[in-house]
Amino acid sequence: MARRWTNDLTPADVTPKAMWLNRRQLMAGLGGAAALSMAGGRAAVAQGLEPNTLEQITTYNNFYEFGTGKTDPAANAGAMVTDPWSIQVDGMVDRPGSYSLAELLDGLEVEERIYRFRCVEAWSMVVPWNGVELADVLDRVGVQSGAQYVAFETIVQPETMPGVRRGVIPFPYVEGLRLDEARHPLTLLATGIYGEPMPKPNGAPIRLVVPWKYGFKSIKSIVRITLTDTQPPTTWNALNRREYGFYSNVNPEVDHPRWSQASERRIGGGLFASRQDTLMFNGYEDEVASLYAGMDLRENY
Amino acid sequence: MTVAQSINRAQRHVPAWPIYLLGLAWMGWLFWLGLSGQLGPEPINTLERKYGLVALQILVATLAITPLRTWTNISLIKYRRALGVTAFAFVLAHFLVWTLLDLRSLSRIGEEIVKRPYITIGFAAFVLLIPLAATSNNWSIRKLGGMGWRKLHKLTYPAILLGAVHFVWLVKGYPWEPFLYLGAVVGLLALRLIPKRRPQAARPPAGAVPR
Ligand code: HEM
Repeated sequence: MARRWTNDLTPADVTPKAMWLNRRQLMAGLGGAAALSMAGGRAAVAQGLEPNTLEQITTYNNFYEFGTGKTDPAANAGAMVTDPWSIQVDGMVDRPGSYSLAELLDGLEVEERIYRFRCVEAWSMVVPWNGVELADVLDRVGVQSGAQYVAFETIVQPETMPGVRRGVIPFPYVEGLRLDEARHPLTLLATGIYGEPMPKPNGAPIRLVVPWKYGFKSIKSIVRITLTDTQPPTTWNALNRREYGFYSNVNPEVDHPRWSQASERRIGGGLFASRQDTLMFNGYEDEVASLYAGMDLRENY
Repeated sequence: MTVAQSINRAQRHVPAWPIYLLGLAWMGWLFWLGLSGQLGPEPINTLERKYGLVALQILVATLAITPLRTWTNISLIKYRRALGVTAFAFVLAHFLVWTLLDLRSLSRIGEEIVKRPYITIGFAAFVLLIPLAATSNNWSIRKLGGMGWRKLHKLTYPAILLGAVHFVWLVKGYPWEPFLYLGAVVGLLALRLIPKRRPQAARPPAGAVPR
């Protein structure tokens, strides 16, 4: 059942393609503020939800399979083979097996969702995703009673992935959600940005988007989805338990040992933009706080 | 004439002052790239990192000069002050981007320096470099006396080591770059512990204990 959550923004607020293609020129020609409100729509600007340009979204990424630098994915991900693509669905599901994208997604409504995206490194963007609710996909494969977690795995293509060949972190990259988090209407399996197929640096052809968690939870280029009754291992948590929790909900009050999480730098503001305050659950507190009722968020960081 | 001799001869004709100019020009160029949107969508962090990396690279070069002379007879001592001062200018720029463009709040700056070990270490390196930059002039050498000055400037060793550790500490995962820099620094420091050898001396027979 799609559309269980709607933006306060309407599709009309998303920058029309001609506009975002021309944003750079516009910005150069008209000066920042004027171009921003023209291109993004007043409502979006008022909410601070002015989407970043496609260029910004595709050239500043963490995708360690392609290297640890922010520009490595844009430089290297072009070689990744994403067609054909299949996703192995296994564990506690009624209909396990290897699914093509079409088998998994056909008939589901692809929605446009403009979400804040907050990296654990204290930078953020606003991204107009296209995707389906993960809950709908889970219904399609049939979750068995007793399943409590969903585990995800990223593709490993050493031939096309210099970061994998160098072993900058252990691969395959794995992530996981509690089942109720996975079923939350905000949680997407995204297949595009700005109405275009998912760009490779952002995790083509299909990735997770969990907007109230730090970006590394939103695993890219998914090839496996497993339903389990035990909390699955997750890559950064396994690397450094103290720094990266299983939950990793955006929380300005719980400091990361390396980065203060109280504020963030919004990508695209230029050299003189100031930081802005980070919002509880990345601004999705009303929608998701109930998932964690009674939990100590400092303990379960 | 050996390679070392010809290099030593050539360097007599190459002054050190262009190093300051090149350093400042490079610093200004990077800033301009950030200003004009050519450092990608996150210019503050990118500029911060670029300045930090250039600083470390020049510091490693500074550290290489003495072993180079000891082991190859190539003497570039004449350029050491210019390199050291230029490196400090980049550390200062690195620090200023962090304070003035990135954090912009005194309380936050204090908090970060105290709370984040990698910042604490970087800051310690910066503080150690301040007296060195301040005394990199002939007047200070006279004032401090050769011995005193040389003693003070031994602070470069811990400062550069801390700078490299700061780099290793701040990365996630295991990229090789910061470890290469740390390895280079440790290697260059270790070379100083090996007793001096005459480059022209005959090679000791295999199995001989090095002096
Ligand atoms: C000798 C002194 C220092 C050296 C050699 C140094 C070197 C470096 C290097 C090489 C990097 C990483 C560059 C890259 O990723 O390409 C870096 C990053 C950084 N340094 Fe320094 N640094 C020094 C002092 C400082 C000081 C004094 C501060 C602040 C008090 C500081 C704060 C930072 C920050 C915030 C980053 C970026 C971390 C991030 O993006 O997550 N550093 N530094």
